[in-house]
Amino acid sequence: MTDTELIWRLAGGSGDGIDSTSQNFAKVLMRSGLHVFTHRHYPSRIRGGHTYTEIRTKATPVQSRGDGYNFLLALGDSFARSPDEDAYYGNEEIKPLVENLDDLRDGGIIIYDEGVIDIDDVDAVLDTSLEELAAEHDWHVYPLDLRDIATEHGREVMRNTAGVGATAALLSMDLEPFEALMSDTMSGNALEANLTILEAAYNQIRDENEIDHDVVLPDGTHEEDPILLSGSHGVAYGALDAGCRFISGYPMTPWTEVFTILSQHLPEYGGVSEQVEDEIAAAGMAIGASHAGVKAMSGSSGGGFALMSELLGTAEMTETPVVFVEAMRGGPSTGMPTKPEQGDLDHVLYSSQGDSNRVVFAPGTIRECYEQTRRAFELAYEYQLPAIVIIDQKLSGEYRTVPDSVFTESAPDPDPGTVLTEEEIKDAAHHASGTYLRFQYDADDGVVPRTLPGQKGGRFLTSGNEHNPAGHISEDPENRRRQVDRRRTKQEAIRETLDETGTHQTRYGPEDARYGILVWGSQQSTVFEAVDRLNETDDSVSALGVSEMMPFPESDVVEFLESVEEAVVVEMNSGGQFRGLVQRELGAYGDRLSSLLKYDGNPFEPAEVVDGVRAVITDDPSEAPPTTRLEPTKAANSR
Amino acid sequence: MSAFNAIGADQEVDTNAFTPGVEPRATWCPGCGDFAVLKTLKQAMVERGKNPDEVLLVTGIGCSGKLSSYFESYGFHSIHGRSLPVARAATLANPNLEVVAAGGDGDGYGIGGNHFTHTARENHDMTYIVFNNEIFGLTKGQTSPTSPKGHKSKTQPSGSAKNPIRPLEWGLNAGATYIARTAAVNPRQATEILVEAMDHDGFAHIDFLTQCPTWNKDAKQYVPYIDVQDSEDFEFDVHDRDEAAQMMRETDTRLHQGEILTGRFFVEEGRPSYSEEKRQTGQMPDEPIVEQYFDDDAEWKPSADLLDRHR
Ligand SMILES: Cc1ncc(C[n+]2csc(CCOP(=O)(O)OP(=O)(O)O)c2C)c(N)n1
Ligand code: SF4
Repeated sequence: MTDTELIWRLAGGSGDGIDSTSQNFAKVLMRSGLHVFTHRHYPSRIRGGHTYTEIRTKATPVQSRGDGYNFLLALGDSFARSPDEDAYYGNEEIKPLVENLDDLRDGGIIIYDEGVIDIDDVDAVLDTSLEELAAEHDWHVYPLDLRDIATEHGREVMRNTAGVGATAALLSMDLEPFEALMSDTMSGNALEANLTILEAAYNQIRDENEIDHDVVLPDGTHEEDPILLSGSHGVAYGALDAGCRFISGYPMTPWTEVFTILSQHLPEYGGVSEQVEDEIAAAGMAIGASHAGVKAMSGSSGGGFALMSELLGTAEMTETPVVFVEAMRGGPSTGMPTKPEQGDLDHVLYSSQGDSNRVVFAPGTIRECYEQTRRAFELAYEYQLPAIVIIDQKLSGEYRTVPDSVFTESAPDPDPGTVLTEEEIKDAAHHASGTYLRFQYDADDGVVPRTLPGQKGGRFLTSGNEHNPAGHISEDPENRRRQVDRRRTKQEAIRETLDETGTHQTRYGPEDARYGILVWGSQQSTVFEAVDRLNETDDSVSALGVSEMMPFPESDVVEFLESVEEAVVVEMNSGGQFRGLVQRELGAYGDRLSSLLKYDGNPFEPAEVVDGVRAVITDDPSEAPPTTRLEPTKAANSR
Repeated sequence: MSAFNAIGADQEVDTNAFTPGVEPRATWCPGCGDFAVLKTLKQAMVERGKNPDEVLLVTGIGCSGKLSSYFESYGFHSIHGRSLPVARAATLANPNLEVVAAGGDGDGYGIGGNHFTHTARENHDMTYIVFNNEIFGLTKGQTSPTSPKGHKSKTQPSGSAKNPIRPLEWGLNAGATYIARTAAVNPRQATEILVEAMDHDGFAHIDFLTQCPTWNKDAKQYVPYIDVQDSEDFEFDVHDRDEAAQMMRETDTRLHQGEILTGRFFVEEGRPSYSEEKRQTGQMPDEPIVEQYFDDDAEWKPSADLLDRHR
């Protein structure tokens, strides 16, 4: 590794305050000039269980969680043991320590809460003792009774503050920024107690230990004012700035995050949020609000999105603009609620009956979450069709530093799209009966302007059944053909619009690389980091991060594939869905593409991509990491 | 200036205004009760002083769902069971619209039952008409949630083992604030009830008994009805929840014995509609949300205002 990095892992039970503690720590790092990236790992459980958050921090922008980590703060699981009873599940409270040792790098640091984690239990579980392991790996272990410090000066739940104080001591950090952040969010007794605990732990570490490890905090300065936020914020804020003023939804992890953020802010932005009885109602309401003239959004995760699919088709057929978010998690069915997967691509592209006529974006970074959600609204309202933004559990929940200019440069967009004013309605074409001809055959780009209920002279009928220019149900073959063709034309027009505004695919690496990686959605930046590493060892690799799924960016992808000898498609599913899409759209390149797949509930780490791609380059599948699968191997492909 | 001049425009309208011009011809079977709903709805609109441009009619799927095809207004012919979500969002987007949703008993009490419960509970300001013909019409005569126990059909050849839904009590329990039953055979009462329902500030549920001569030949919808408000035999306070509940129970029981009681069964005044409730508690702006897009003076706050919390 060329530049210094700290990867801090905070492990505990769900309910031990892992999320808030790590977010605060990340903020302190950001405020001190560093870039940060957080990764969350948690079970589908509210209290207890082994959960952790990682913060990777460097002086330069961070692309991924990295490989392994070098600093463990193990709080232990305080919910594993009831105060009155023996452990519920054996040794569960020590899991946040023992289950994290595999990935800890040599030379790393461990702080654990002696008050919760009994070292005898730990040694009993490990084949060898922690002390021996530490000697073997040059780990520096600092036991500290965080529980005791917390209860002495405040309450037991403040153990995490003690852990942060100890961390600061071991990294020679100043306490002032921690104190400033705490004062922003707390006051009164709680603030007092936390400040005391922070300092007590800090001093105790300093007083009782000789600090002799090599893990240091990098030193950095931002070029631009940074903010720390997640992909869910990117989507939510993109929607706000696109003029979205209506959201309807039903909770489902990880979609809930976008839904929650917008629900908290829409009223102050002059909009409304609705938590409704199910996803079918949510989709129907977004369509109803949009039909009445408001920019509207809904969304869900796999199973909930499945329920929305009939209405997705209704939006296409009735030409009602609407934006849906699909936040993927492991599937099928309820699958793995808190684990990421990119397994819903086919579902999002083709669900609902009939030919799909929609726009689908799969942003790869927080900036893209913001920009593409905005673009999704623009296209949906301009072209009167549904647009879907696919993200996944990884992207939606990861916090990263991004420059605030991503947001401040762009003013909200009140343009309701192709809607006629009452003046324009007067001059528009009407049916002999007075109905506005909402579905005329000949329209530029396939788009006939809308009118809104309540506008004078604009009344029309729209229907989920095939309909004629006046909106009335029709099974006339000629009409059917013309309507399908007109609606379909929008896809070409949208493709042109997107091409005109520049490419939205991200090319990364040398132009003349011999090998290529195709990647989509949340795995993009991990792959980009891997590309850097591959090129350091002269493997000559370049990547294309694709974030437009429909209409497909044919020329960008063709250009890329033409520039390399062969390419690996990296994605988090077992069926190679994106490779399937590429081959379906391009009808070629089958012999040049293989897949590197991962579907165990964890996103790719850069080293896995490096090793997997090397396995392809050297045509030695046995070199691929055991956590991944290569398919098909070159040998099979050339047969 | 509002972008919606049609709303509140006071111009002379007659029932012809709600009749589409040359097309389409209704595809309902001769003698179908649905004709009566169409006719009375047009009449009620005129009596309410509405013009077609300020009305949004959202329908489901079924013979009943075709109502929007034969009624001139803004129309949204949605999908089976889902008219209510579409309609209720429209009331939130633009509370000035006259929003009416309609569908069949299969549509509304079967597949759309969950939405019925929740729309009533939320008390959206809209009118919901359920064409209750005790049968699935469009899919050719299957047993519906309102078909009587023992009803035989091709999909229930030995007769349905299920008790029928009791829609009035359901609406009451769910929280509807206006509940009535009327019948195609009585256009005068139906029109009156439709006018009242639209006037009502909140969710008005109308169980509209219609006949399906094609698939439900022995339907009791043909027998004479009794108007509970006009008849001295039925004394109950329509504003009293308990008395209304009792009356509804009796009515639904008698319906399956072949006696049709119609009229208003429950009217709750004074409870704020859902939009009103949301406005009062700061969850929704005072102005119709849709107006912002057409108001040059509207203030559009950027999301950048929220960034401080992320620094
Ligand atoms: C999701 C879905 N399931 C089934 C159907 C088929 N379908 C169309 S109309 C209908 C039943 C209509 O019965 P009802 O709602 O009572 O209306 P009626 O035709 O009697 O007026 C059904 C099952 C459909 N269109 N969509
Ligand atoms: S099938 Fe029944 S409900 Fe449908 S149009 Fe014919 S009579 Fe009316």
